Amino acid sequence: MSMFISFLAAAITAGTPILFGTLGEIITEKVGHLNLGVEGMMAIGACAGFMVGYSTDSFFLALIAAFAAGMLAALLYGLLTITLMANQNVTGLTLTIFGVGFANFCGFYARKAYGVESLKLPENITSQMRNINIPGLSDIPVIGQLFFSYNPFVYLGIITAILLSIYLNKTKTGLNIRAIGENPASADAAGIKVTKWKYINVGLGGGICGIGGAFTIMIINKGVWISDCVGGLGWIAVALVIFASWSPTKAIFGSFVFGALRQLKYYVPSSIGIPGALYDMLPYVITTIVLVAASVRSSKKNSQPASCGINYFREER
Amino acid sequence: MSSTETNAKKQNRFTLRTVKRAQLPKNKVAMLRLAALLMALLAGAVFIMIIGSNPFAVYKTMVEGALRSKLAIYGTIKIMIPLLITSLGITLAFKMKFWNVGGEGQIIMGALFASYFGIFHGDWPHAVLIPVMFLAGMLGGGLTGLLPAYFKAKYNTNETLFTLMLNYIALNLVIFLREGPWADPTSPGYKKFALFTENGRLDKVFGVHAGWIIALVLLILTFIYLKYTKHGYEIDVVGESTATAGYAGMNVKKIILRTMFISGAICGIAGMIEVSGNAGTMSEGVTRGVGFTAIIVAWLAGLKPWSIFIISALFSIMEKGSSVVESTFGLSAACADVLQGIILFFVIGCEFFIRFKVTISKKGGTN
Amino acid sequence: METAKTPVNAIECKGITKRFGTVVANDHIDLSVKQGEILALLGENGSGKTTLMNMLSGIYHPDEGAIFINGEEVRIESPNDAQSLGIGMIHQHFKLVEVFTAAQNIVLGTKEKLEKPKVMQQKIATICNKFGLEVDSNKKIYDMSVSEKQTVEILKVLYRGAKILILDEPTAVLTPQETEKLFSILRKMKEQGNSIIIITHKLNEVLDISDRVTILRKGKSIETVNTKDCDVSSLTELMVGRAVSLEIDRPENKEKQAILKCVDLTIDSLDGTKGIEDVNFEIRTGEILGIAGVAGSGQKELCEGIAGLLPVKKGAILYKKENIVGKKPLEIINLGISMSFVPEDRLGMGLVASMGMTDNVLLKSYNKGRGPFINRKPAKKLAQELVKKLDIVTPSIETPVRLMSGGNVQKVLLGREIESSPNVLITAYPVRGLDINSSYTIYNLLNEQKMKNVAVIYVGEDLDVLLELCDNIMVMCHGKVTGIVNAKKTTKEQLGMLMTGQEIKEVAKDE
Repeated sequence: MSMFISFLAAAITAGTPILFGTLGEIITEKVGHLNLGVEGMMAIGACAGFMVGYSTDSFFLALIAAFAAGMLAALLYGLLTITLMANQNVTGLTLTIFGVGFANFCGFYARKAYGVESLKLPENITSQMRNINIPGLSDIPVIGQLFFSYNPFVYLGIITAILLSIYLNKTKTGLNIRAIGENPASADAAGIKVTKWKYINVGLGGGICGIGGAFTIMIINKGVWISDCVGGLGWIAVALVIFASWSPTKAIFGSFVFGALRQLKYYVPSSIGIPGALYDMLPYVITTIVLVAASVRSSKKNSQPASCGINYFREER
Repeated sequence: MSSTETNAKKQNRFTLRTVKRAQLPKNKVAMLRLAALLMALLAGAVFIMIIGSNPFAVYKTMVEGALRSKLAIYGTIKIMIPLLITSLGITLAFKMKFWNVGGEGQIIMGALFASYFGIFHGDWPHAVLIPVMFLAGMLGGGLTGLLPAYFKAKYNTNETLFTLMLNYIALNLVIFLREGPWADPTSPGYKKFALFTENGRLDKVFGVHAGWIIALVLLILTFIYLKYTKHGYEIDVVGESTATAGYAGMNVKKIILRTMFISGAICGIAGMIEVSGNAGTMSEGVTRGVGFTAIIVAWLAGLKPWSIFIISALFSIMEKGSSVVESTFGLSAACADVLQGIILFFVIGCEFFIRFKVTISKKGGTN
Repeated sequence: METAKTPVNAIECKGITKRFGTVVANDHIDLSVKQGEILALLGENGSGKTTLMNMLSGIYHPDEGAIFINGEEVRIESPNDAQSLGIGMIHQHFKLVEVFTAAQNIVLGTKEKLEKPKVMQQKIATICNKFGLEVDSNKKIYDMSVSEKQTVEILKVLYRGAKILILDEPTAVLTPQETEKLFSILRKMKEQGNSIIIITHKLNEVLDISDRVTILRKGKSIETVNTKDCDVSSLTELMVGRAVSLEIDRPENKEKQAILKCVDLTIDSLDGTKGIEDVNFEIRTGEILGIAGVAGSGQKELCEGIAGLLPVKKGAILYKKENIVGKKPLEIINLGISMSFVPEDRLGMGLVASMGMTDNVLLKSYNKGRGPFINRKPAKKLAQELVKKLDIVTPSIETPVRLMSGGNVQKVLLGREIESSPNVLITAYPVRGLDINSSYTIYNLLNEQKMKNVAVIYVGEDLDVLLELCDNIMVMCHGKVTGIVNAKKTTKEQLGMLMTGQEIKEVAKDE
């Protein structure tokens, strides 16, 4: 039983970086932009968060830096696809190649500049990374471990998801934004500033991905810099968007399912003898199945925003 | 009140406006692209200067590093072979507006199918084994392309995401086989695939494995296929509009399936060449990211086979040169990715100025 | 300072010029709309009406010229600017978000906060009452009929408090009865002091609704006249630039023979909804059968069903007494049944926009020769012949057809179909978007085919044309045939009633 509880808790933690990436991609796709650069934005966020944390000793500043760097990377994508109307697939892929390369390069360069073999975040920050036990609540057996003792990212992720859900579904801005993703020409004719909101959402999405990146280096790698720290989580996040059918709240659930799949191999007794690679394959297989199932049903609800992948030019004739 | 008076009262601000161009003459397009490349090199130079190296020296080393000697050129060609082939494969799918981002997975599966014979039937005679591996590579890549195509044709399943997922499924399949069923029993400790026997290795022709001949043949075949055959015509029509294709009596589903099989099969050939010609065995790093780079190459080349040849050559020079730069200047391998990214951003952005022009106009303001 | 004394115009455009590449769409256009009047903007397709109105609504920006709203010069940079100036445009192709409800579409982009559906519903109901509109505010757009969608568009504009309304070809998709209803709404708006511009090329409607008419021809404003001083022929002359007779020939072919017969034909449309149901009709060689109906009444499904593009759920299609249901599109083409469908975007089906004439001429015959290679030589020759025969204007036969003008594109399409010498020629909306001259070329081509003993099916929008061109007209409503009538003995009103599914007592039966 306790093993099962700790498995669930581990799943929730493991799902969190994916959750950030997914949330970022959801609000990007909601304005009609498929950004395949999630992996790159997460890498850049990880790098910026780490470097700022390393040099300022401040967890808060590190998070801000991760957000800002992710946003900047996304805005570069935005400049190319929104204003310059470049192909979204190609631009996103380039952002991934560039972002991962840039992060690795910065790490390499910092090691050289500081003259050290390995970079590790100062204790002041890593101590804040530990699980926060909410006084009183976390002592309740089972429930305490399951709900009230996680690292700050987990809470931040769930709050972000809920806020985004309110933003998209309950506010006028959200309605306007969904209209942009469905039919930018209609939104434009209705007086919505399409370009402005595209930039805002794409940028915001990148920022949220950036925080997910910071998670990978601070939690998964325990504050030690390594190359390729995101390690494909960004692509899983893109997949999870489909699994969550473009809903931030469903993404919370989805990220935990994916987190569980990633943790499964540590909890299933090795005597059963399922090789690790098959566990790693599971999230992708399940996403594919979800993708196919969604297209077989082909409902108008819960599907990709209609204009996703197509750039908008007002004077198109 | 005359209109000029009204205007004079208003603040004179300027606004930028985007206007679609009529078709631009070819030489102007070439000039624009060249300008973008120069600006990219300039931006790259700034980046190199920031990290404290001399950009001229770095660029010079890069070009020299790729072309200075026979060996260097061989190295560059070796990089170019899979890139060229995969770009050609992806081009077939892209022409049909089937966004195949699954080059990675298709290369891996091609390599894996070929490796089955390389690892387990290394005793077959060379003249039999190589053609078998070649066909197996085609089959592996082709089937991997066929799967998303089937669902696209039948249920209109999003192919971008499907092919993307297959990349990771294929990758983990390789790791699974390497760690268990296909692991080399003679290798102690670290699990890896067994090396192929000599029978399973591609012959060398003029110093480089015969992959370069296959690549050139594929280049010519792709060009002819797209331009002069009924199939090529069908691909064009389906890419433009599946409704029109159906109306013309074409079997759209069949065309999607066939084209994606060929597209995947070509990528699979790249995988077979990599294991048989280059590495001599299978590994999960067999693609070296070629599946993704090829998308960029194909796109930048405007899906034209001869342009793909040139652009994949440039990319290969850059990559090979970067490795020399790395060792000469003590820079990280990631440096090449960063430079590549910068150049790509400029070239992608430049396409805008080919399609649109920006005009400046005075703005009065509505208030 | 004259403007201070006389009442200022709601809109005043002076010397508006707009170029697209080398094409001058608007050439120094002047236009004025008084407060509380309905101005009709009349012109042939391609005369620059929509372009001009798009500049008033902030979609395009003029290269030259000035716009005054209520006497003050303005620059309209975006639809948002247009809105704050009180201008609302109802586009020909509706700008609605399909997955949203009517209410969501109506409040979209406005300043106030998002309210509960009930509150929105009430607000909308108030406006509806004021102008006599009806809408179900919780209905999703994708479940709506064309006229319902148009109501939502109008409400969208009124909700924003627009004082100046622009309607781009609002009646193109409506039945005569729906048109009458729309006009009474517009008159009500006018009474309440709104100014209205209505774009149209239907002369009767101009005479019916407008106070004044501004005529555009080839991007220039030709004249503005008071409606009460005009009649159909004077307007036509202004619009076309010369006196033309609007009579369409209807030659008689005596040798009629049954060739195609549909029996209880039932076909589902692509999204699984009902396309057509139990459709029965027969067509003979040497006649033109018109098909009338509100857009989306099953015309597309019928055409595609006969062409083998959609599976037939029930019933039979007898071609020379042989059932062709289940045959592949290619087999049907080879039997001599040719279908050409001009969709709303004109290039969607039938032609490949990025290809030149040669490759487009090849479209249905590319597979004819043996071997894997394609033979472009005959197609090239045919393309050159078509250019000569039909006076097609194009820089070269390799120029992508999307760069050609609408009339020329449709000539290519129809020319190719005719060259395949079909026995049954199905053509849907072949004059969509064409000017009068080109339209008459197309009518003549169709009549020529009829006299060559081809059975022609003509799916059309303009009821006047249907009544003049066709021998018989089949009217469809919600996928069902509501009547097959003799075109010579039927009125427009009767067609209108059939289009909305009403029974009419005395129908002149098909002979």
